[in-house]
Amino acid sequence: MTNTQWDEGQPIVSIKNVRKSYGDLEVLKGVSFDVQKGEVICIIGPSGSGKSTLIRCINALADIQGGSIQVEGQEVHDDALDKLELRKKVGMVFQQYNLFPHKTALQNIMMAPVKVLKQPKAEVEKRALALLKKVRMQGKENSYPGELSGGQQQRVAIARSLAMQPDVMLFDEVTAALDPETVNEVLVTIKDLAADGMTCILVTHEMGFAREVADHIYFTDNGVIVEHGPPATFFDNAQDDRTKAFLGQIL
Amino acid sequence: MSVLQKHGSLIPQNTDLPVLKAVKTRPMDDLSLSRWIAQMPLWVIFTFSAVILLWPGLASAQTAYSLEKVWGILLKWMPLLVFKGFVLNIVISFFTMLIGTVAGVFLGLGQVSQIYPVRFMSWIIVQVFRNSPWLVLLFIVMLSFPFEISLGDTHITVPGWFKAVIGLALPVMANIAEIVRGAIRSVPTGQWEAAESLAFSRSQMMWQIILPQCIKRMIPPWMNWYAIMTMATPLVSLLGVSELVTLSRQAMEAEGNNPSLLVPFYGFALVIFFAYCYPIARLTLLLEKRFAVKL
Repeated sequence: MTNTQWDEGQPIVSIKNVRKSYGDLEVLKGVSFDVQKGEVICIIGPSGSGKSTLIRCINALADIQGGSIQVEGQEVHDDALDKLELRKKVGMVFQQYNLFPHKTALQNIMMAPVKVLKQPKAEVEKRALALLKKVRMQGKENSYPGELSGGQQQRVAIARSLAMQPDVMLFDEVTAALDPETVNEVLVTIKDLAADGMTCILVTHEMGFAREVADHIYFTDNGVIVEHGPPATFFDNAQDDRTKAFLGQIL
Repeated sequence: MSVLQKHGSLIPQNTDLPVLKAVKTRPMDDLSLSRWIAQMPLWVIFTFSAVILLWPGLASAQTAYSLEKVWGILLKWMPLLVFKGFVLNIVISFFTMLIGTVAGVFLGLGQVSQIYPVRFMSWIIVQVFRNSPWLVLLFIVMLSFPFEISLGDTHITVPGWFKAVIGLALPVMANIAEIVRGAIRSVPTGQWEAAESLAFSRSQMMWQIILPQCIKRMIPPWMNWYAIMTMATPLVSLLGVSELVTLSRQAMEAEGNNPSLLVPFYGFALVIFFAYCYPIARLTLLLEKRFAVKL
């Protein structure tokens, strides 16, 4: 493991020339970027451009056919990789929340730290309650996912992921399945996280949010990064025609 | 309610135009037996009993066996038939289900294993035992299993009914394995991914996240298989296990083998099996309705 060589000055996630295909269909055609610790990165682009696939490769939910992905200096695209160790460092939140329906909100949050990290239950419970408060869900600890709205479920899902105390958080279109009026409560939660210095990689369609929260925006189309830059430059001064067309449709 | 029915009222009801109506198909069903039994109205059981009891009077009025006499004979044997015979059928069905379920769960897990040889072997086992005639399996087990198992100095006699349990448990196991496999496959991929992204190992994922979600879905088809298997327990009478049908035959022999006893005795066996399985079938359908996955 190359873990030891990594220090906090280097990129926490380093993606180099990543290629990925499903059969004959190549969805990522050489994507590269670095994420520094504490940075918030937004990946935007039309649907089918490989955004979700890209972040699923970062925690090895999907494998890649070429290039390299390193998390804290450790190669993800490696057969010898301990996937479980990687996933303890990288949290992920999904579009469809994917809470465990047979467990309450509190149990959902406590499950992984207790069962996977083998941390003492009392300590985890304290942390879980604090996290519920942080995502503004106090009082809902004994509710089952089926009793919560989409926005509430998504906030519990964020707390569940945070309970593992990850170094990097991946957000895969987390507001795409929500009602418009509940989108904001989830975005506020993510904003709080970013303000706390959590490294976040987001795939999103919320341009206003991306502009406000991101340190850097990447625009992908057809499996490549077309254009990137800090939000101010990216949104107000886009160079590439495809970016302009996309932003013209969205904004 | 289907989407079509819901929106049906939006479509003008009176039209001269030809209308293509939705094709109604029954989905593939794993509860066919329960559905068939449960749909019978309760009076069927009473009517059926009445016909059986009146049969000697209708069919053999000329013989020496009057209606009263046949009833008397049946009544005399009834305690033995129920408490020695049918109770053994139930005991066999319980043990069969117990062994079949435990083995079936592991075989079902084997079928979704990530290790190819395990998956392949499980598949073979399931296919063999699902598609073999039950009676053949029973004969093989009954005749090939030893009467006695010796562990050092202790000798354990294996009773015939327990060998029958093993023989019946094999096809039950294979069918339970299919239920388990289907239920596991029906858990949305999002659940697997969420568990994976939280660093759960494969076995933790299976036992703590996937299987608990499957239990509700598995109960109705599992009960359906219990009913099917219980009704198949008289098969073991062919192998000399003294359950309900064996005892009925012996009772009739003791009474002189008169043909007018056939319908009352075997009819009684039918009624008692039906009476046992009917509530199970009703409960199965009730649970199926309650646990129906809302999409």
